[in-house]
Amino acid sequence: MSDVSPSGAARPHGRGRYGRVSQAVTELDERLGVARGARTFLDKIFPDHWSFMLGEIVLYSFVVLLATGVFLSLYYVPSSTVVTYHGSYLPLDGMPMSQAYASTVDLSFAVRAGLLMRQMHHWAADIFIGSMVVHMARVFFTGAFRKPRELNWTIGVTLLTLAIVNGFLGYSLPDDLVSGTGIRIAYSILLSVPLVGTYLAFWVFGGNFPGTVVLERFFILHVLVVPLVMLGLVGAHLALLVRQKHTQFPGEGRTEENVVGTPMFPVFMAKTTGFLLVVTGVIALLGGFAQINPIWQFGPYEASRISYAVQPDWYMAFLDGALRIFPSWSFHSFGHTIPLEVTIPAVVLPGLLFGLAYAWPALERRVTHDDAIHHLLDRPSARPRRTAAGVAVLALLAMLFVASSTDVIANFFHLSLNTVLWAMRVLVLISPFVAYPIAYAIAREMHALHGAGKRKTPNVVTRSAEGTYEATPAPAFVDDVAEELAPAPVPTFIEEEGPAVAPRPSRGTRAVDR
Amino acid sequence: MSEHRTPVNLRGLRADDPHLQPAARRPELVERVLALSLLVGLALVVGFGVCYWRDAAPWTLGATMGGGLFFLGVGLVGWGKYLMARGPFVEERHPLASAPAERDALAAALVERGGAIVKRRRVLGGLLGGGLGAFGIVALFPVLRSLGPLPKGTLFHTDWRAGSYAVDQTGRRIQVGDLAVGSVVTVFPEGTQNTDRGQAVDQTILIRISNEDFVTEAGRESWGPQGYLAYSKLCTHLGCPVGLYEQQLQLLVCPCHQSMFNVTDGAVPEFGPAPRPLPQLPLYIDAAGFVRSQSDYHEPVGPGFWERS
Repeated sequence: MSDVSPSGAARPHGRGRYGRVSQAVTELDERLGVARGARTFLDKIFPDHWSFMLGEIVLYSFVVLLATGVFLSLYYVPSSTVVTYHGSYLPLDGMPMSQAYASTVDLSFAVRAGLLMRQMHHWAADIFIGSMVVHMARVFFTGAFRKPRELNWTIGVTLLTLAIVNGFLGYSLPDDLVSGTGIRIAYSILLSVPLVGTYLAFWVFGGNFPGTVVLERFFILHVLVVPLVMLGLVGAHLALLVRQKHTQFPGEGRTEENVVGTPMFPVFMAKTTGFLLVVTGVIALLGGFAQINPIWQFGPYEASRISYAVQPDWYMAFLDGALRIFPSWSFHSFGHTIPLEVTIPAVVLPGLLFGLAYAWPALERRVTHDDAIHHLLDRPSARPRRTAAGVAVLALLAMLFVASSTDVIANFFHLSLNTVLWAMRVLVLISPFVAYPIAYAIAREMHALHGAGKRKTPNVVTRSAEGTYEATPAPAFVDDVAEELAPAPVPTFIEEEGPAVAPRPSRGTRAVDR
Repeated sequence: MSEHRTPVNLRGLRADDPHLQPAARRPELVERVLALSLLVGLALVVGFGVCYWRDAAPWTLGATMGGGLFFLGVGLVGWGKYLMARGPFVEERHPLASAPAERDALAAALVERGGAIVKRRRVLGGLLGGGLGAFGIVALFPVLRSLGPLPKGTLFHTDWRAGSYAVDQTGRRIQVGDLAVGSVVTVFPEGTQNTDRGQAVDQTILIRISNEDFVTEAGRESWGPQGYLAYSKLCTHLGCPVGLYEQQLQLLVCPCHQSMFNVTDGAVPEFGPAPRPLPQLPLYIDAAGFVRSQSDYHEPVGPGFWERS
């Protein structure tokens, strides 16, 4: 029927102007209607700034986490069943240990590239959360969370929370002496919650510590539930980015109504794909050269054993620091106990910090009464109060981080633990109040400087024949040139016929109305 | 060459437009550098295959794979940055918001259609909402309650009983002559030393502090026979094993958060975040010289919780 009909034969099915590419586009477009949208996507402009790369580090270390994590899950056995080890690592031969620990040791030594994959996974997790925090700081200090992007900020804070939780879950899976101690502390923190704490702890652990199901539960949470939610949220985060378009720093030619930068195809695609390879490469180099979490040295977890200098991964350290320096203010009355020495630093404090992060866009709007749509970023110096507030919180977190090493510091500097403890208590308490005015003053000063926020242009010094010198400003850089933008209508990226063909909307091309 | 370049729209540029020229001043040189980078990357990636095939040391795998991907990535980034259209390009942002009329239409549709559904059928809506809400609440019970047992009294007692033998990790009963003054050993009530609960809950640190009966505080006159003292090894802060014994200062130190307990006066916390003394286990030494417990601990061991008085 249509096979033999003349109209069917006449349809532009075969090779178009661009050969196979035209053909593929036609086939796809006839079924899915993608040509216009995909074209728009390829032309999408991404603003250029080094700080916009931070989010890419997060995304690509997430990719590495997923890939290496799948590899590890093929060999790891999530079981607390006790076995006697007779694997490839001889110093542990004959020791009783959980299958989880035994399989982690064996996947490190008996599986080809297993150690590399495990160390890459651990490094990628640390880099993932680290770059997340820096990315979040960039978004905060430049005001990128303002209307219309509050929702994406909320998604981002949720992703950070989930990343920290999943980092802890994954850190716990090898069931070595250090991570097992971490699980015990987590159990005690759950126990400390007033009213429902014991139920919470018993239901998470399936009974009194250590229970028999915790590794199995942590495993399925770590490899399926949390990553699935995170994957969905990452998708939403990026979809919102595409929908709302990226923010940009102010500069000549950049307005609230446009985006200036490089197009998706091919420039941004090349750079970002290359960057994926670079991030993966750096993580692989770290995994190959920088030992991380050598669990075979810690030994299997036994609840009655402990080692010196027990510290969590870096992103949990602020909680550990808070637990170390908080005074022993347990509340006993009315037949009940509220272990405030645990509840406040480990439950209330993170609740407040993340609550503040969630609430910040709304809080700021309440102060500024700013209801406008913002696509141009703030320079941090232009918003001294916000900048100072952010610096104050970061200073507090940094001091809590340092406080998680009180014993190591005391040992290293030959100080008494008491001195270090009190020093850290004082530093933690005063750090936000010291940091705020300093950051505020610096921001004000920077903002008041002549030419603040602009690139400095050099002077070109010329010597005349008579020997006199004259300094003239060098040509301005691209971003500093003030000119009106001229519209240019023809929708082809590279015009094949060159300058001979004048752009005419009637010639099969159209001015795209988006 | 002027640096003056205004951002232009990508669409409709001619091939000779300066915005489409490579960003590099000397593209040939950049090409050579990038070719070298990609070549090194290619060689290393192949090297990764070889190393993997020959089961070489992990660091060689990391070096070849990481280096290979790194140099390939550098080549691609450089290609995009220096040899592709230098731009800058601009595109318009179109307002995200719809026209007010469209918003009104949406609100009208929601209210009017919704109103038509709900009209005079509030009872139905209430029943449906009530049913789903009830299911939500009821579903919580099996979801939560099935996760584990109720705590009941399990946090209040351990497996130490009147007359339990103190055994070490291997199950050997501790005799009065076993410990020299100033030494410690972790003990368990006999039979639990290899169980999860014994390890996690019953673990007790046995200290020989002198050769004479030792009284830590009033009311515990008989608890420290012949200088043997027993304290719960669970820190009252977060339950870490209080594993370090500072012999000269007579302190038990928790390595997790540095709580310190003075063993001579009932393990009162002298330093750190722990809020309570380590519970002391009353001991006696039987006729055969074995160290045994008079009873269970007189208070719950480990960190604080709501039901603890």
